[in-house]
Amino acid sequence: MAIPLPWWLTVAAALFAIGLYGVLSRRNAIGVLLGIELMLNAANINLVAFWRYITPQALTGQVFAIFVIGIAAAEAAAGLAIIISAYRRRRTVVVDELDTMRW
Amino acid sequence: MTLTQLLVLLLPELVLTLTALVVLGLDMIWRNGSWSQRFLLWIALIGSVILIAVTVLIWPLTGTGGLPIAFATGKDFGGDQVPMMALDPLALFFKLFTALVLILVLLASGDYVRVRIRFRGEFYALILFGGLAMMLSAAATNLLMIYLSLEFLSITSYLLTGYLREDERSTEGAVKYFVYGATASAVMLYGFSLLYGATGTLDLAGIATVLMGGMVPVHWLVYPALIMVLVGLGFKIALVPFHQWAPDAYEGAPTPVTAFLSVGPKAAGFAVLMRLLLTALPGFQLDWIAVLAGIAIVTMTLGNLVALWQSNVKRLLAYSSIAQAGYMLIGLVALAPEAQSWTTGLNGLLLYLLAYLFTNLGAFAVVIAVENHAGSAQLDAFAGLMRRNPFLAITMFLFLLSLIGIPPTAGFVGKLFVFGAAIQRQMIMLAVVGIVNSVISVYYYYAIMRQMFFGEAVDTSPFDEGPGLRVAVGVAAVMVLMMALYAEPFIRLASESVSLLAASF
Repeated sequence: MAIPLPWWLTVAAALFAIGLYGVLSRRNAIGVLLGIELMLNAANINLVAFWRYITPQALTGQVFAIFVIGIAAAEAAAGLAIIISAYRRRRTVVVDELDTMRW
Repeated sequence: MTLTQLLVLLLPELVLTLTALVVLGLDMIWRNGSWSQRFLLWIALIGSVILIAVTVLIWPLTGTGGLPIAFATGKDFGGDQVPMMALDPLALFFKLFTALVLILVLLASGDYVRVRIRFRGEFYALILFGGLAMMLSAAATNLLMIYLSLEFLSITSYLLTGYLREDERSTEGAVKYFVYGATASAVMLYGFSLLYGATGTLDLAGIATVLMGGMVPVHWLVYPALIMVLVGLGFKIALVPFHQWAPDAYEGAPTPVTAFLSVGPKAAGFAVLMRLLLTALPGFQLDWIAVLAGIAIVTMTLGNLVALWQSNVKRLLAYSSIAQAGYMLIGLVALAPEAQSWTTGLNGLLLYLLAYLFTNLGAFAVVIAVENHAGSAQLDAFAGLMRRNPFLAITMFLFLLSLIGIPPTAGFVGKLFVFGAAIQRQMIMLAVVGIVNSVISVYYYYAIMRQMFFGEAVDTSPFDEGPGLRVAVGVAAVMVLMMALYAEPFIRLASESVSLLAASF
């Protein structure tokens, strides 16, 4: 166990920040989806790292991470389906241009 | 606990799953648009009625303390047995709540779906799955289960919102809902991972035990975790500042889905919020009460002020439902530690949710009826409704009174308990802001009333709302009056449902 826990958490926090920045700055819906995936994976790193260093005897963190990977796939599938149906209608995936409704 | 016992305790969930699968299967067998497809609605409705019966049936089995439900034995998980859900009074209350939501939404959706929606079976199945997700999230006592069930509810909601694929606003609403929702749930998940790191367990009661023990080296991790979890749940409940998705998703979604979204995810969010904060983080009460009090004030005020400018009734009711969530939050903020008093805040929250269920679903059923006839949900579509369909106009009047909180309606009882709790806890500021906001809200609810009673309609021909909608509106109206005139059983139900949470606290 050469690498101490805080290093893993720093990587996860950085990944989370990059993902959040991507979500907030990207105008393309696919780009936003990528940012969300980064945030989910940041949480996964956290879960697995905490599992390894805090409760190695129980599998909770790992099991949670596996479930998150499955959920991320389901969410991406649903999200892409919605984005495609919007694209068919409007010929754009830029979130800012989807502005029929405001206020 | 043997497998048979487990299956009996899970009967409500099983009934709903089975109904949804049967609907999906028959939808594949029966050709699209064929005559027999009308039975899909009936099957979904029968499933929801059986759900009520089953819930009442297993009610006595739980006792007063509630039963933990674990899916894996200690051996499988390399540790203690891991309870994932609880079958306690709160969970049972929300099972009943879900069944009522499903029945009213399904009844109201019949004609709308027949005319506008191409794939009926999947639509009904998704609504039933949404109900299943609500029940699971209200019963979940483990962070993993909470995350899974909330995500289940979110994904079904995204798909339902974008169900009118040919409609610009429906797809646009779905994209916005998805982008905001997925981000909020990712933030919440990161919060869960921090909570797990700080305590080493995912079990809500276990988290509280570890935190109370005072031996946690990374105690401060709980604060960012708390904020992040509030982001995720605030999104589900549509609290300001996480409400931006709500108006667009509500306006774009097919109207029966809007009705479902305005009650279902909100109730699930409140159930999880109550359980999480009171079971896992009671020691941080001072922190989250302060945050939630601020959010409640902002939510009520912003929701009401923006609602004043709306000309589309669906969008108006979206902002109104944001404001209503603010009132409900007062119940959680003003929770009283002693269970002896008539209002513990929490029972006010549940009563308010129940009142809101009947009122809002009734109001949306009227909107669906008008939209079926006029083809739009703009304010002027309601013009002269009193002359065209007095039944709808009078019941809508009742629902609007209930949303404002004027007696003798259910909304009054809800507001009485919630504001009463705030006054009892000396949170005069919260109560005053709530009451001022209720007065502001009269203005935009009155805009609908004015159109109904005094508006000049272009088309003055009377129209019929159809049997399904008539029953939905009628049941909702009767329940709105019942909750006010014969309130005692409802109050008892709400108080007993939170007794366990209030006592543990």
